[in-house]
Amino acid sequence: MKRLGPRVEQKVAQTTLWVMTLVTVGVLLFIIFFVLRRGLPVLSLEFLTANPADMGKAGGIFSTIVGMAALTLLAILIAAPLGVGTAIYLTEYTWGGPLTRVIRFGAECLAGIPSIIFGLFGFILFVTKLRFGWSILSGGLTLAFMLLPTIIRTSEEAIKSVPPAYRTVSFSLGSTKWQTVTRVVLPSALPGIATGIVLSIGRSIGETAATIFTAGSALRLPTSIFSSTRTMSVHFYILAREGISMSNAYGTAAVLIIAILGINILTYYLMNRFIKKYS
Amino acid sequence: MNDAAIEVRGFSQYFGPVRRLNSLDLDVRRNEILGIIGPARSGKSTFLCALNRLNDLIRGSRVEGTIAIDGRDIYAPDVDVAELRRKLGMVFATPVPLPRSIYENVAFGARLAGTRGRTGLDALVRDGLEKSGLWEEVMDRLGTSGQKLSGGQQQRLCLARILAVKPEFILLDEPTSGLDPISTMKIEESLRKLKKDYTIILVTNNTKQAARVADRTAFFLNGDLVEVGPTADIFTAPSDKRTDDYLRGRFG
Repeated sequence: MKRLGPRVEQKVAQTTLWVMTLVTVGVLLFIIFFVLRRGLPVLSLEFLTANPADMGKAGGIFSTIVGMAALTLLAILIAAPLGVGTAIYLTEYTWGGPLTRVIRFGAECLAGIPSIIFGLFGFILFVTKLRFGWSILSGGLTLAFMLLPTIIRTSEEAIKSVPPAYRTVSFSLGSTKWQTVTRVVLPSALPGIATGIVLSIGRSIGETAATIFTAGSALRLPTSIFSSTRTMSVHFYILAREGISMSNAYGTAAVLIIAILGINILTYYLMNRFIKKYS
Repeated sequence: MNDAAIEVRGFSQYFGPVRRLNSLDLDVRRNEILGIIGPARSGKSTFLCALNRLNDLIRGSRVEGTIAIDGRDIYAPDVDVAELRRKLGMVFATPVPLPRSIYENVAFGARLAGTRGRTGLDALVRDGLEKSGLWEEVMDRLGTSGQKLSGGQQQRLCLARILAVKPEFILLDEPTSGLDPISTMKIEESLRKLKKDYTIILVTNNTKQAARVADRTAFFLNGDLVEVGPTADIFTAPSDKRTDDYLRGRFG
């Protein structure tokens, strides 16, 4: 076969990559359009603020929004400090010996475990053994364990990307390790750490298998962290799977997508402001 | 009376099994500029980082012998390393402003040392910037990022940053290697003025720079201190043939 000239080759490569990007963006837009077209007509203030009635056939989805928010908040409150702390320890306080590698490998394996296994584990440990029952507490703890690897990994990458010279300078000016971590390393790594946490929020909002086993599927408005609750994803799953109401299912899906988009946009906005302030 | 501010005796620095400094003996006198010259990897920078114990940050660092600063062994177990490093301000070859404003860069070390309150910090920041000759250029934009300054300005910012910690010693590791001649001249000018109040050790790849500003000059080679003496003597009548060869550009 005759070789293409470099200029033609360049054109072909550019076009191919352009088409690949187009397909990616196209699929994404198609999914969003597909869900929103069916879901948006259902949306109303009442849909957002009323509790589900008649198994979800009527009424809104208010209690599932609250359930989702409570679970996600609890999971992040537990996983973020633990994960960022672990990442700081692994990157700043160890020389990268065999123990560090074992911990890192363990965290990575954890990331590959299917969420339904986490659900089962959470059910056995939190729901039955520790007698938390189907509750926000059990669900939040299970989600937290599931999110930890992502948060550790992304935080580690963010911390590693802080130029080593910053640390040397900070030490040379008479800072302790902890001062260097809090005053120099973390502020520079914060945008990366925040990205990891936002990804985790998205993942926990979308999680179904792990929460249905541990938080249950009660439609009542939760009153404490020991209440069973139903998240929006679980609500969508039950509505669609049992054929209770397809239109309400799509309505729920639309709210889910808008929530995730909103969180992402808000975070990028805040992060940009933060970066501008510090550089 | 012994006026040596730093006394180095039989000092060796190891990284793992590798020895980078070989049993050095050297005195640094108060309020002098000691130039250190030598080819790449001769141990000049390693020596500087032994003085403020930055070598501790490198895995496998181990030392033999002693370094006494103001009569105290700095490798003694009860030494507060952070305090020691505040006493010996260091300027690196590549200027590294932290991702903060000019003001916050200069105030960084002072804040670590426990200085609180706007007025105290303001005075330290201004004083540091004036001594490093940068005040005039940045006084009306202290809030902008230190990373937006030019290379020469950044290096003077780094100098101001250590002056604000009120050190006794200034360690400079090839501070002008990346700068243009005019910026270099400004830094050298600042050093001559600073000599009055500080003891300065200047590591440089530029032998002419040592000839211009150093009172005494030391020549390092492969981790050995070959010789040290008044700058004029080293440059006109070195006692060791290797020094002569290096200065004539026969190696290094």
